[in-house]
Amino acid sequence: MTPIWRFLVQRVVSAITVLLVVVVMVFLLMRLTLDDPAAIIAGDSATTEQIQQVRESLGLSRPIVVQFGIWFGGLLHGDLGESFFYKKTVVQLIAQRLEPTLALALCTIVMAVMVAVPLGAIAGWRHGGWLDRMLMGFSTLGFSIPVFVLGYLLIWLVSLKLGWLPVQGYARLADGFSPFIRRLILPSVTLSLIYTALIARVTRAAVSEALTEDFVRTARAKGLPEWRVVIHHALANAAVPIVTVIGIGLTLLLSGVVVTERVFSIPGLGQLTVEAVLNRDFRVIQAVILLFSMTYVLVNLLIDLTYLVLDPRIRY
Amino acid sequence: MIDLLDSTVDALPTAAAPTAWRALATNWSVRLGGSVLAFFALVSLLAPVLGVIDPTRLDSTNINRRPGVSSAVTLANGESVQRNFWMGTDGLGRDIYSRVLYGGRVSLVIGVSVATLSLLFGLIIGLASGYVRWIDVLVMRMMDGLMAIPGILLALFLVALWRASLGTVILAITLTEIPRVGRLVRSLTLSIREEPYVEAAVSVGTSTVKLLYRHILPNTIAPLIVQGTYICAVAMLAESILSFLGVGLPTDVPTWGNIMAEGRLSFNQYPHNVLFPGVFLALTVLSVNMLGDGLRDTLDPRFGKRGERP
Repeated sequence: MTPIWRFLVQRVVSAITVLLVVVVMVFLLMRLTLDDPAAIIAGDSATTEQIQQVRESLGLSRPIVVQFGIWFGGLLHGDLGESFFYKKTVVQLIAQRLEPTLALALCTIVMAVMVAVPLGAIAGWRHGGWLDRMLMGFSTLGFSIPVFVLGYLLIWLVSLKLGWLPVQGYARLADGFSPFIRRLILPSVTLSLIYTALIARVTRAAVSEALTEDFVRTARAKGLPEWRVVIHHALANAAVPIVTVIGIGLTLLLSGVVVTERVFSIPGLGQLTVEAVLNRDFRVIQAVILLFSMTYVLVNLLIDLTYLVLDPRIRY
Repeated sequence: MIDLLDSTVDALPTAAAPTAWRALATNWSVRLGGSVLAFFALVSLLAPVLGVIDPTRLDSTNINRRPGVSSAVTLANGESVQRNFWMGTDGLGRDIYSRVLYGGRVSLVIGVSVATLSLLFGLIIGLASGYVRWIDVLVMRMMDGLMAIPGILLALFLVALWRASLGTVILAITLTEIPRVGRLVRSLTLSIREEPYVEAAVSVGTSTVKLLYRHILPNTIAPLIVQGTYICAVAMLAESILSFLGVGLPTDVPTWGNIMAEGRLSFNQYPHNVLFPGVFLALTVLSVNMLGDGLRDTLDPRFGKRGERP
């Protein structure tokens, strides 16, 4: 096998393994509780018949391996069961709530990367300077302020005191771009703080490390302008850790989505999850966990693939 | 000759210790973070003598007082006193100052317990998988799986399954933090076991248990202390998020998250219900994080030298 193929096969296999582990864990967590799993899945509002119905559909009297087979078979067909609280299939519920979450997450990622990478690069270039120290202070602050406190502060300041942006809620993209983006700005800023802090720190470290390399001395020695050295030589060589942390930080982002949607009353998957938890609607929680973990694993797999472009050494 | 060797080996830790302490004591991040944290710990520990009233007592005559307003309060023993609500009261007339002080206790207990438990379990898992191949394959795949689930989502799921109490909240947050510690200890173990002194110990027939205990474990302590402070910070944030979402500790327990969760409904008129606990929480977490950064820079020059997180 050529190195490229070995790399690809290795990454795909490990992604599939992680996904399988997640699926098994989510399954086991539901079954290994002290309560009756059928009663848990059917929810608090379920009648005895409904619980019985769940018990039969899950095959709870059969061995646990068979139960897993039934459940996993359904999963592969995209059948995540029915929510007993909403009386809809879980797939329908998720489809309804997907757009706001997707919009929020994408907007946040774009915003965070656009702010964090330039700031981090400058801080790494001027290692120990005032901007560097400010950025490090800001990122420690970013790791310390709870998402919802920041969200409320921003609502209070920007929407209530200054009246610049709508307070809460979500407008669909189909209803026009301007209301859509105006309602998306504050939540995205809120959610991006911790993500920006993380990416900026790693960018700073990677750039300042790359700047100590021999090829940078060579680039400077041959008289390249400093901005070219920083961007084309240092930043380009720092690309792998930066891209990696964007992928790893996705769990922070997806955790933050749940809280941010709650603060800004955005009817997305995060709100759906919180509602599901409050109603003890476990099939929905289970499905959102699977969806988020799958997104995380797939995005990180794609990021692994970009290494082939970003770091040509892997190809040989 | 042997005597000489022994005495040098023995002399090393004692010679190193004062320098480490001096480095710690002169690091401004450790000093500032440590003192702010000590202040908050002291304040919540001494809460009963700091002029608080029962944080759970409802008072219909003092609903939604703004910060700094003075008013008469009837105490539990029937006595009426003038009281300055300098952080205001909430929609049920409970004193925010008292609630915030008592809330600090819960946050600190959760931060410290989660940090201790995750370090303990992570250490065992990390040492085992760094040293035993079949455990490594099995356990690390499990850790990868756990890390693929967004932390808050996993904690939400577990707390909902187990029903919220102090114990289940601590356990749920711990479970989301164990993989990170496990991976850290594993990678430390893998690099330490390549060191010549470990090889030397193996060649003179040291047993695995003694090897782990005597040679590997001591070298993981500094990074673990650093990691522990970060976990403490993350755990306090996680608890407040769970409470804020309405699935954390029962609402009658005053925690910073619960105070904010109740205050959020009337946030537009009475922002103090959210702002005071929010500021306390943010400052406490900030001081823990600063302490962690300082500890990392002084205790552990190899690890994260340039300031990045693991």
